[in-house]
Amino acid sequence: MALLDVKDLRTSFRTEDGVVRAVEGVNFTVEKGQTLGIVGESGCGKSVTCLTIMGLNPKRNTVVGGEALWKGNDLLTMKPSDLRAVRGDEISMIFQDPMTSLNPVHTIGRQLIEAVLLHRDVTKRVARQRALELLKAVGIPRAETRIDDYPHQFSGGMRQRVMIAMALINDPDLLIADEPTTALDVTTQAQILALMKTLQEDFGSAIIMITHDLGVVAEIADDVLVMYAANVVEQAEVHDLFNRPQHPYTWGLMGSLPRLEADVERLTQIPGQPPSLLRPPNGCRFHPRCPYVMEICKTTVPALKPTARDPDHLEKCHLDEETKEREAAKLLAATMAEAG
Amino acid sequence: MFRYLVRRILWAALLFLVITFVTFVIFYVGPNNPARAVCGGDQAKRECLVRATAKLGLDKPMPVQYYKFLKQLVVHQDLGESFATSQSVNQRIKEAAPVTASLVFGGAVLWMMIGLSVGIFSALKPRSLIDRSAMVFVLIGVSAHPIWIGLIFEYVFGVKLGWTPIANYANFFGAPPDSGLPGGPWQWFYHLILPWCTFALLFAALYVRMIRANVMETLNEDYVRTARAKGAPEGQVIRSHVLRNALLPVVTMLGMDIGIALGGAIFTETVYQLPGLGQTAIIGIGNQDLAIVQGVVVFATLAIIVFNLIVDLLYAWIDPRIRLT
Repeated sequence: MALLDVKDLRTSFRTEDGVVRAVEGVNFTVEKGQTLGIVGESGCGKSVTCLTIMGLNPKRNTVVGGEALWKGNDLLTMKPSDLRAVRGDEISMIFQDPMTSLNPVHTIGRQLIEAVLLHRDVTKRVARQRALELLKAVGIPRAETRIDDYPHQFSGGMRQRVMIAMALINDPDLLIADEPTTALDVTTQAQILALMKTLQEDFGSAIIMITHDLGVVAEIADDVLVMYAANVVEQAEVHDLFNRPQHPYTWGLMGSLPRLEADVERLTQIPGQPPSLLRPPNGCRFHPRCPYVMEICKTTVPALKPTARDPDHLEKCHLDEETKEREAAKLLAATMAEAG
Repeated sequence: MFRYLVRRILWAALLFLVITFVTFVIFYVGPNNPARAVCGGDQAKRECLVRATAKLGLDKPMPVQYYKFLKQLVVHQDLGESFATSQSVNQRIKEAAPVTASLVFGGAVLWMMIGLSVGIFSALKPRSLIDRSAMVFVLIGVSAHPIWIGLIFEYVFGVKLGWTPIANYANFFGAPPDSGLPGGPWQWFYHLILPWCTFALLFAALYVRMIRANVMETLNEDYVRTARAKGAPEGQVIRSHVLRNALLPVVTMLGMDIGIALGGAIFTETVYQLPGLGQTAIIGIGNQDLAIVQGVVVFATLAIIVFNLIVDLLYAWIDPRIRLT
């Protein structure tokens, strides 16, 4: 049995302007110790997918459908007290902005200890010992004294380390990381990613890594979900995705990765912006921005279907196999040329 | 910390000089003739006017009078004598301050109880019936004038229903013997119920709105989501993560409002004929009695300065991000 099995997950928000369908029919599984990357631009439903699994969307205006089976039990219909027992213990989460994700009026020690005491029947002294252990594991220097400091006394990178320590403190089976490196500078990003990889080996947690950065995915993920406008447009094992990308949106994302080619002055970009989820376009949602757009794309929604070559590689596009293979090969050749 | 205190006290001294000086100037710019008031207004005799002018020191130039006032205040901690009654101003303030303090502190307790309970509840259940009723209450509270509210309360609860007295103050520690006045803690409380409600209404309304807004804003903070993601039950999330942060600015507001109100809750004191600082100031102004007016101003200034200092020290203690340097 998969650790987490998400089936036809749907989330919509009632707003004053109408209903926003933020996630529409997402399926994936996460196996023990594996890493799933979810990629896409801002506002395409990556974070909402994970917040829905955790039950952290505002209750008042959210409608949720589908299933999220955690070790066989549906998180979406679980009793609130049962869900709380899972949150922070079996599944924990790291957020995008470490500057605002820690409570400014409590010491980090207190916040770490709180996380332990919520799920373990231990004394404060034991919890504090555990907190110290974790702070050392994530590489906070002078942890014995730093544990009594407040969040504002830490830098962004250090705060994210504290967040990671807090997420791992109860030895979770699954760690959901929502753009954990986006708010950090580049060198710190690399350190945090390396840290997460090491810790995954030590703790054996599965990871869902939400990011808009394909570089991060290449580095850390086993499987990848590419999301666009509330839908999954491509889903594959990581090498397969990079070697044989099948969807024009994925090509666009890959094309906009910076490369060290001398003859390119500007990065390729995907023209336009993701559509409003209040009134998404008819047919394929990517068609207004797609360079390969055909008549059928404007009227008919393509199905998410396996490619001919690999039944585990799913894509959602009307283009014929031949064109896809050709474009993927071209993209790969360009990457190779620059690498070689 | 020590340097911070020294600097604050120096600022306070400067502020104090400016405020008392401005009071002096305003008094003399206006068409006031205290000597005339002392001698019985329009029928004042000439020799009375001359004697009164000399006695009150009004024949000296204004800066000299100000200097004398300051010297007496700093050296002897004496605010002088009332122009109109020759009563010691210190004595007058000493009698009036407890009345105003009773009104203000009791009122503050009342408005904080209302503000916290209704404000927090409204924020947690926005758009519920209670939230909507609370917002109507806020609208009435901020719109209705205390004098009007006071008169309505007096009429309904005092006259029609006969539940409470409609005016006057009862000393907490008992009335002077043979005065025939009510006294003691119960009478004190009984006489202050209506004034407290009247005085607290405006502030309660303002505080409900402020606390509701702060709590709603804090509920959307990332660290509140973090607390929920840790698996904290909702009660603990609210207590430990939301309220502590949402109520920080309320402490500042409360300190400043109490400081200002201690200078005299003029409207409430007037309606219920409470002999507090506000009423003392109004009588002083009517009698062109600079000494009394200046006495109330000095006391009010001190109250505001002291309470602002308390707020700052308290804030540094409850908010770890603030260090006093």
